[in-house]
Amino acid sequence: MADALFLAHTLARLVGGSRSLAVGTNSPIPAAATLLAREQNETMTISILGSPRHTPFTDGGRELFDFAAQGRLEAFFLGGGQIDGAGDINLLAIGDPTRPKLRFPGSFGSAYLYSLVPNIVLFREEHSPRVLVPKVDFISAAGSGPDGTYRPGGPRWLVTGRAVFRFDGQTFRLRSIHPGESLEEVTALTGFAFQLDEDFGETPGPDSATQALLQGPVARELAFAYPQFAARHFPIKDHQP
Amino acid sequence: MFNAEFLDLRQLAEAIPDGSILGIPADYGGVSIAGTLALIRRGARNLSLVAAPVSGLQADLLIGAGAVRQLEAAAVSLGEYGFAHRFTAALKEGSLRMQDATCPALHAGFQAAEKGVPFLPLRGILGSDLLTLRPDWKVIQNPLADEPDPIVLVPAIRPDVALFHAPLADRHGNVWIGVRRELVTLAHAARRCFVTVETIFEGNLLEDPLRAPGTLPHLYVDGVVVAPKGALPLAFSGHYPADHQALNRYAEASRSQEGFEVLLKEWLHG
Repeated sequence: MADALFLAHTLARLVGGSRSLAVGTNSPIPAAATLLAREQNETMTISILGSPRHTPFTDGGRELFDFAAQGRLEAFFLGGGQIDGAGDINLLAIGDPTRPKLRFPGSFGSAYLYSLVPNIVLFREEHSPRVLVPKVDFISAAGSGPDGTYRPGGPRWLVTGRAVFRFDGQTFRLRSIHPGESLEEVTALTGFAFQLDEDFGETPGPDSATQALLQGPVARELAFAYPQFAARHFPIKDHQP
Repeated sequence: MFNAEFLDLRQLAEAIPDGSILGIPADYGGVSIAGTLALIRRGARNLSLVAAPVSGLQADLLIGAGAVRQLEAAAVSLGEYGFAHRFTAALKEGSLRMQDATCPALHAGFQAAEKGVPFLPLRGILGSDLLTLRPDWKVIQNPLADEPDPIVLVPAIRPDVALFHAPLADRHGNVWIGVRRELVTLAHAARRCFVTVETIFEGNLLEDPLRAPGTLPHLYVDGVVVAPKGALPLAFSGHYPADHQALNRYAEASRSQEGFEVLLKEWLHG
């Protein structure tokens, strides 16, 4: 399995061209990716929800959502307890949502942002048939449609601990597998059907300059937002020139 | 109404009757844990919590203490510390009525209430199964469009009481919330509002040009309690960090109701 630095780099690559990027609560690796993306592009506006140091908003919790509905937010990271082949995500529960077998925290802003933000990057480290399912038990947010609705946004990418998928509007295509993974194993661990993308290959890792950013400024900033996670997975190693 | 009273924690808990609809902020947004523990100490029952827009430790404490009948939130979690176990257990037992929402729908519901209108329209959400869980959210045709354009309406949310923690209050009952504007919206939406604060500001917050824009005027404030460190063990942004040890202990102990009750007793009397 790829480590947190590799995954943060992979996520950051997929949002690098955005002018504005946000991430929700309880998402330490996407938060690290957000910090890396800004290190690599200083003109980018970022918002890490729940981290006052990393959000420019001054008009309360609603401002991010208003900003998104106006089309000002270009990219957002989301996760999922379950993710299916149609790009539907479930952040709510397994089984009957009113008497769940397993309950996740809840849908957060997904039901709204998923259809409004043009570049949604899904991230779930666990790559297994219980997460990547043929059909989610509950649709917190739908991957496409419904037909005839105002829908400027949607999922574009799915990153796991083993692979990167591209979403083509209907289904996922496997773009790359991380170093050390095999196509057979990734296929066996994916519960939904997918095709190979035209330029399928291996996920590139961070170069030395990116590695230095991840272990320097990104690690230092991440410690403000996720102190426990940063201490465990993002040791600060300053590279002297 | 237009004169905030200074209270102690016991009086605050008595001012929030059983059965109230209680509006509360997110765990990172100024939760009054001091006020929450006072409610539990009083033996509060049948509260309906409405989160602005998510909750965590606060909802879990009140649920574990048997104080909650219903909860409306976009999510409930202890964040870095894991799942909210008392919340999950209550859902599995069927002892808690859950109104699942999405963050902007709650923000819009409070905004509708502060405008005094019955609902607000909101983009997105179409295609989500939340619409099947929420028959009170309506989908209508945009009446201003010629083309088909379905849009979601969410009803106004009018809590009986808003309860939160803030850095400062002055002796007039003005409360400085700083950049946490959702607390202002919550207070506007609620019928009554009680605030615990770190400390008293000597002077008038509304006469300080730097503080006035971040001040909730006394018109919306019914009671203030001075409760230093009143958000602990949660972080209070810009003032003190979370007590990681206490929160890790809570996350572990609250896996069982027995463990929860032992720890709660300690927090109530400690």
